[in-house]
Amino acid sequence: MKLNLFSRKDKKIIKDPLMGENPISIHILGICSALAITTKIDTAVVMTLAVVAVLSISNTVVALLRKLIPNKVRIIIQMSVIASLVSITDEILAAYYYDMSKLLGVFLGLIITNCIVLGRLEAFAMQNSPGKAFLDGMGNGLGYGAILIAVAFFRELFGFGSIYGYNVINDNIYFSGYENNGLMILSPGAFIILGLIVWVHRSYTKVVDKE
Amino acid sequence: MQHYINIIINSIFIENIVLVYFLGMCSFLSISKKVETSIGLGFAVVFVLSITAPANWALNEYLLAEGALAWAGLEDINLDFLQFIVFISVIAAMVQLVEMLLDRFSPVLYYNLGIFLPLITVNCSILGCSLFLVEREYNLAEATVYGFGSGLGFFLAIVSLATIRKRMRYSNVPPTLRGVGMSMLLTGLISMAFLGFSGISL
Repeated sequence: MKLNLFSRKDKKIIKDPLMGENPISIHILGICSALAITTKIDTAVVMTLAVVAVLSISNTVVALLRKLIPNKVRIIIQMSVIASLVSITDEILAAYYYDMSKLLGVFLGLIITNCIVLGRLEAFAMQNSPGKAFLDGMGNGLGYGAILIAVAFFRELFGFGSIYGYNVINDNIYFSGYENNGLMILSPGAFIILGLIVWVHRSYTKVVDKE
Repeated sequence: MQHYINIIINSIFIENIVLVYFLGMCSFLSISKKVETSIGLGFAVVFVLSITAPANWALNEYLLAEGALAWAGLEDINLDFLQFIVFISVIAAMVQLVEMLLDRFSPVLYYNLGIFLPLITVNCSILGCSLFLVEREYNLAEATVYGFGSGLGFFLAIVSLATIRKRMRYSNVPPTLRGVGMSMLLTGLISMAFLGFSGISL
């Protein structure tokens, strides 16, 4: 027997942001953090979890409040919902994973100004029921995370010669003259890797910018 | 004096807020299609940053930081956890204020900035700058100078990207790389060039 956990519509809500409607590579939202904390995969994973949590909870909260929020002050209300959730995430991280919270530094706080969160609240949560909004938040958070982890994978592999902290490049290769590419850890590497990932992803989904 | 000039040079060239810290990327990429609008946005960011940096500095110093409420006789209260929510509301309020002032005193500039002015609220460079101020423990003068310098850095970066994108119109870029993909690669090259500035100080 097949378990029908999600209806087809719900599946679409989760699946779309992962491919054709990806927040980063198609809609170009939330790039700041995608670049800054992707020198290693573990920071990227923690950031993904934080964004998925903030995005799905804030989407649900705003969807619950959507009929009560006056149209004129909605941005301020949405911002305060996001800011409170980010503060909570920050405190939790600082309490249980202090080293990780030091590594993420100001970039965890910058989830507040991550355009994905405000964008989804405006575009989805204000018109839909809480359940759907929760799924949409999950989907977009995961779509964001997928790109983040892809960028981090390449930067860590070429910059440090490791994947998720494990060395994968054999010592013999280093002896034969291979060196880690320091540029990957610096900012230009991030821009170029993300640019190439956007190119590959858009060639696959056939999205073209008009310019 | 030299110390302040150093902070400005540092925030424009060496630790450029867009090219090194990746802050404000969204508006940086989406509003660099035309040179004129990018200049307008650049000015607005300089303006807002030079106001919000000292304002948030003062709030943190006298209200939020550990032991900051000593002037009111409340030494044991630490409102650190309210930092994000207070900073973002100050930024939103300041942007609104700047909008009203511009509308009243300089309608031409207000008209030119248009929709970009309110959008500055969610520009990460503004909030990021305020958070960096706290992290680096600047004093009031340093904070103001740093805010101004970071704004200039954003201005320089966005205008240079816009001028390069204008030139790119004549080249044959693969269709799926056009727009964002190409701007990202261009930004990578600009930021590589800016790496050459590292180590400069007076």
